[in-house]
Amino acid sequence: MIHCHLLRRAGIAAALLAANLAHAQGVAWVSSEKDNALAIVDLKTQTVTGTVPTCQRPRHMQVTPDGKTLVVACGDAGQADVIDLATRKSLRRFQLGEGAELFDLSPDGKTLYLTNEEDAELVVFDLASGQRKSAVKVGEEPEGVKVSADGKTLYVTSEVASLVHVIDLAGGKVVKHIAVGKRPRRFALTPDGAQLWVTNELDASVSVIDTRSLSVIDTLRFAVKGARATDITPVGITMARDGKRAFVGLGKANHVAFVDVANRKVTDLVLVGKRAWGLGLDKAEKTLYVVNGMSDDLSIVDVASAKAVKTVRVGRVPHSVVVVE
Amino acid sequence: MKRRHLAATALLTLAAAAAQAAAFQAVLLVPADDPRLGRNRLERAVLGHPAGPAADALGVALKEGKLELDAAGASLGLRTVAVADAAAARAAAAAAEQAGAAAVLTDLPAAWTVAAADGTRLPVINLYTAADSLRGADCRPNLLHIGPSERMRADAIAQTLVARNWRNVLLLVSQDAADAERGAVAAAAIQRYGLKLAGRKPFKLSADPRERDLANPALLTGTAGGGAAYDVVWVVDADGEFAINLPYRTALPRPVVGDGGLVALAWSARYGRFGAPQVTRRLSRAAGRPIGAHDWSAWLAGKALIAAAVAAPKGPASAFAQALTKATIDGSKGVAMGFRAWDGQLRQPLLLTDGQAVVATAPAEGILHPTNVLDALGADAPEKLCKAR
Repeated sequence: MIHCHLLRRAGIAAALLAANLAHAQGVAWVSSEKDNALAIVDLKTQTVTGTVPTCQRPRHMQVTPDGKTLVVACGDAGQADVIDLATRKSLRRFQLGEGAELFDLSPDGKTLYLTNEEDAELVVFDLASGQRKSAVKVGEEPEGVKVSADGKTLYVTSEVASLVHVIDLAGGKVVKHIAVGKRPRRFALTPDGAQLWVTNELDASVSVIDTRSLSVIDTLRFAVKGARATDITPVGITMARDGKRAFVGLGKANHVAFVDVANRKVTDLVLVGKRAWGLGLDKAEKTLYVVNGMSDDLSIVDVASAKAVKTVRVGRVPHSVVVVE
Repeated sequence: MKRRHLAATALLTLAAAAAQAAAFQAVLLVPADDPRLGRNRLERAVLGHPAGPAADALGVALKEGKLELDAAGASLGLRTVAVADAAAARAAAAAAEQAGAAAVLTDLPAAWTVAAADGTRLPVINLYTAADSLRGADCRPNLLHIGPSERMRADAIAQTLVARNWRNVLLLVSQDAADAERGAVAAAAIQRYGLKLAGRKPFKLSADPRERDLANPALLTGTAGGGAAYDVVWVVDADGEFAINLPYRTALPRPVVGDGGLVALAWSARYGRFGAPQVTRRLSRAAGRPIGAHDWSAWLAGKALIAAAVAAPKGPASAFAQALTKATIDGSKGVAMGFRAWDGQLRQPLLLTDGQAVVATAPAEGILHPTNVLDALGADAPEKLCKAR
């Protein structure tokens, strides 16, 4: 366990940081694919304080724009679970269909856009009623899905076709296929909406797409000392609110990359657990929570010092993390 | 399904808008009256043996690659031709080139595969025939291989035994002519990885009491008559009937590996990582039957063709062939894969499975290689076993 060793060495740093983190209020919700439950990590004590049962194989989670509910997509159950954040109880569940993968919510919080990996479709649901509204056929094994800030355009990755599909939501049509790297997974949009960043799992890279011309304008390649390119498998990505910094989970390379967005350069590489995918930032953007799918734990990373300060054991095969403060 | 129909129309319109499409054709050569697909063979379902025709999974690959091809402005069609012998395979490959095909795929015995490769200058993709000779003495410059070689499979098993520290190996090799070479490959892997050969015995399928020493698992694996103790039994049996009946019949309580027990394969329906379950589901749904390593290999050949067509969408056939040898292909095993320059073999991880679980993957953790750890499976470049490339 290399990362444990590093953590011991970082002990002093951790003690100093504890003071920094002590004011953190709130919790991190962590989904676990093999537990049918969500673990709740208290940000202050950095311990698991409870679990909330949910549908089978919970993966992606998002908080609705009103901040009141958490939506969980369950792959095996093919369901969405809507959980009240105040009571931590399920309010309702509705059918998403077999193969439910990731989703995004419209800016008004009324619509849920789901990638379905069984049917290779982007499926549109009305969140209040749970009604399936429409679907758009996309390439096989769609995964990442992101809606533009104006709610008019949707981006979907197809892992098999190595394409990003651009969907015009008004017309319900794919208007462009953009070829990116091998096995594109997930997205981040710059706050101004001008750039769409896509992780390419089997290409050790992020493709940067200009959202006006809908073309790839740059490819950011990752390198980790001691790791071959084939061992660097970027999947999870998130961006700071001011759009200056992006965080990319490098999967098999067991690191998270901090990237300067303006000049597209990696500034820091932080050693975390095994198969680091899901990422979540706290509101102050001082702490990054990293889900390690193959070591069943959550790395807590201090952003300022670019160091993992604590590892918290969570459920089996953790998938995503959402910070609620 | 009006909804789907509308979506499909939208995509078609989009495709029409793309540049003038180059239409590539591939020809799949299969044996006429394939004995591997006889009912009793399919029902026996020996791990690693074909579970149905290769065309099933190839069709899936081409269907799901359509979007990518449309976006690149190309198309890819497949025609299947049954051949009765090596000469027919050669003629069919030549005819494919004549008809303007871009590639030939073969699911044929080793000698027929060589004949097909000799019949054309087109790339010939051997889907599943594992014979090492096709990667060595009988290799051809235009011959590529998707399924692992016998040596890759033997290396995968040997590495697993090293990782487990099961060092003393009792090797049982069938007396079938087909297994003489395979037995030698297993013995070489045992030596290469520093395992100890506790004994090597031939066996045959027989109920004749006069040759029970050759046929009875308890006698073959017993130590009472002075046989050395062993940690594991490695059984070499291309036919499979003896091998699948060996586990739990050994004299000592030891695991069986090789062609029975724990088997090294290109794919297992039980693999649960890297999106593998989605691939398994798509293939078995389309084929309407369980799928295995043979199907995955056929599917991957389709993916390789698509990668080449996307890289060289305007042709000509020579550019397509170039792109094929350089293609990086995602086969849902967690790494991008490509063909080795020195013998045309697809470099890939292998899965060790007993049919219930994927117990391990190879290359085993800790096995190192100077350039690409995947090249720790099978013949490596410095050996220069393929003189034709």
